[in-house]
Amino acid sequence: MTTFVILEGIISLLLIAGGAFAFIGSLGMAHLRDFYMRLHGPTKATTMGIGCMLVASMLYFGVINHEPVVQEMLITLFLFITAPVSAHLLAKTGLHLKLPHADKTRGRPAELQPEEVGDKPVPHPTPDHAHITHEQRPLRR
Amino acid sequence: MLDLALKISLTLVMLAIVLNTFRLTIGPSLPDRILALDTMYVNSIALIVLLGLWLNTKTYFEAAVLIAMLGFIGTVAVCKYLLRGDIIE
Repeated sequence: MTTFVILEGIISLLLIAGGAFAFIGSLGMAHLRDFYMRLHGPTKATTMGIGCMLVASMLYFGVINHEPVVQEMLITLFLFITAPVSAHLLAKTGLHLKLPHADKTRGRPAELQPEEVGDKPVPHPTPDHAHITHEQRPLRR
Repeated sequence: MLDLALKISLTLVMLAIVLNTFRLTIGPSLPDRILALDTMYVNSIALIVLLGLWLNTKTYFEAAVLIAMLGFIGTVAVCKYLLRGDIIE
């Protein structure tokens, strides 16, 4: 009996923590000034929040109801694998579109073109070949 | 205690979805909107999990798995389109 009370407390704590993390991530995405800053909120805090909620659901259905927890494991696997990949692609898209950044954003990121990554990576917008278009660049085949 | 925690968590996730809708509406650039949509997928998965806990059933969790897979594929497709001008080259 006491075990179930403690378990219910743990599940409630995980649920509230998950909701708070999801809300903080979305608040950061709605409030921050810059796309590069806004990218931080959903990719870390929201993933953490839904992780907490899925652990709570695993505890509830697995320990109390004695049901298998296959779906929660699958959701956790997909989300925790795909969240960094989609964040990486979004950051690459933002760099490619040359989105404006606020003055507070530290560092001046530059996009690496795949044609330029040879032995040593060269940052793309260098002054001597910034004017060369994509067609004029020599292909390395 | 679980009912109260579930209500608080549902309220917070609903507020998060409202904030996502705000960013999706006013987003100044296209990657902002993609990011808002991606976060909205994750928040809707959280909403489905909370609904499953509320109704004490696991019927709707397959929908959450599908959203987790197809949301990622949609985000990657739109990002690829913006990056390269084409999805499948």
